[in-house]
Amino acid sequence: MNIWIAIGVTALGCYAVKLAGLLVPAGALERPVVKRLAALLPVALLAALTAEQTFADGQTLVLDARAAGLVAAAVALVLRAPFLLVVAAAVLVTAGVRAVGAG
Amino acid sequence: MRDALGVGVAVGLSGFAFGVTSAGSGLTWVQTSALSLLVFTGASQFALVGALAAGGGPFTAAAGAFFLGVRNAFYGLRLSQVLALPRAVRPFAAQWVIDETAAVALAQPTRRGARIGFVVTGLSLYLLWNLTTLLGALGAGAIGDTDAWGLDAAGPAVFLALLAPMLRSGTERAVAGLAVLLGLGLLPVLPAGVPVLMAALAAPVVLWADGRRRGEGTER
Repeated sequence: MNIWIAIGVTALGCYAVKLAGLLVPAGALERPVVKRLAALLPVALLAALTAEQTFADGQTLVLDARAAGLVAAAVALVLRAPFLLVVAAAVLVTAGVRAVGAG
Repeated sequence: MRDALGVGVAVGLSGFAFGVTSAGSGLTWVQTSALSLLVFTGASQFALVGALAAGGGPFTAAAGAFFLGVRNAFYGLRLSQVLALPRAVRPFAAQWVIDETAAVALAQPTRRGARIGFVVTGLSLYLLWNLTTLLGALGAGAIGDTDAWGLDAAGPAVFLALLAPMLRSGTERAVAGLAVLLGLGLLPVLPAGVPVLMAALAAPVVLWADGRRRGEGTER
C-alpha cells in the first residue's frame, strides 16, 4: 500500500510541475535567482543520490563493488563515452568485481 | 537523425535498467509500469524506487522524486513560448515535457519544426520507455539475483551521467561536493530518504554564499 501511495504522490507532483511550466505566464519564473536555484537543485540532488546509492547499505556506509562500478562510469564520462556505455561500464565492472569475490 | 536514434537507444536501455532496478527494489511489474506510464521522468523514477528500497517512507521518497522533477517546469516555460500550444492541448502535452523532448524541440529553428520535434520525440520515447520498462520488470525475474549482475550500479551511473554535463563551473562543483557531504554525513542519523532532501539545501546555501562573495567584490 505504501508503494502505491508513493507512486500516486510522485505521479501527481511530477505531472503538476510539468503542467505548471506550460501554464504559468512567461516572466513569472524568469527572475535570475529562481532560474539559478532551479538549475542548481538537480545538481545537489543528483550528487547526493549518486553518493548514497553507491556507498549506502541501509543506514550504514560501505565500500563495495558498486564503488568500482562508479569509478568505471566516471572514467567513461571523462573519455566522453555515450550515456549507454557509461551505464554499461558501471554494471559490468560491478558484476566483475563481485564475480571474483572482492565485493 | 543520428542523434534521435542515439537518444532512442539510450532511453530504451535506461528504461530496461529502470524496470530491472525497480523489480529489484521490491516493486511488482504493475507498480513499475504504473510509474513509467504516470510519472514518465526517468531520474525521478530511479530516485523513488531507490528511496523505497532503502526503507524510506512514501512521502519522503516521493519528495525526493518531486524535487528532481521540478526542472521540467522550466523546460515547460521555454517550450510554451516556442510551441505556442492552445490552452486546451497543454494538459495533454504536459506529460511529455522532459529533458529529451525539450532538447530536441528547443534546437529546431522554426515553430513548425519545434512542434514536429516535440510530438515525434515525445510519442516515440513514451512508447519506448514504457515498453522497455515492462520488459525489464518482467525480465528481472528471469535474471534472478540482480545484484550478482551488477545492476544495482545502474542507478548511480545514470545519476552520474546526468550530473557530469551540469558541472560546468565552480558553483556547480561546490553544490555537488556539499550535497555529497550532507547526503553521506546525515545518512547514519536521519531516516531513509531524508538525507537526500537535506542535501538539496546545498543549492540555496552555495547560491547565497556566492551572492555574498560577489556583493563584497563589487563593494571594493
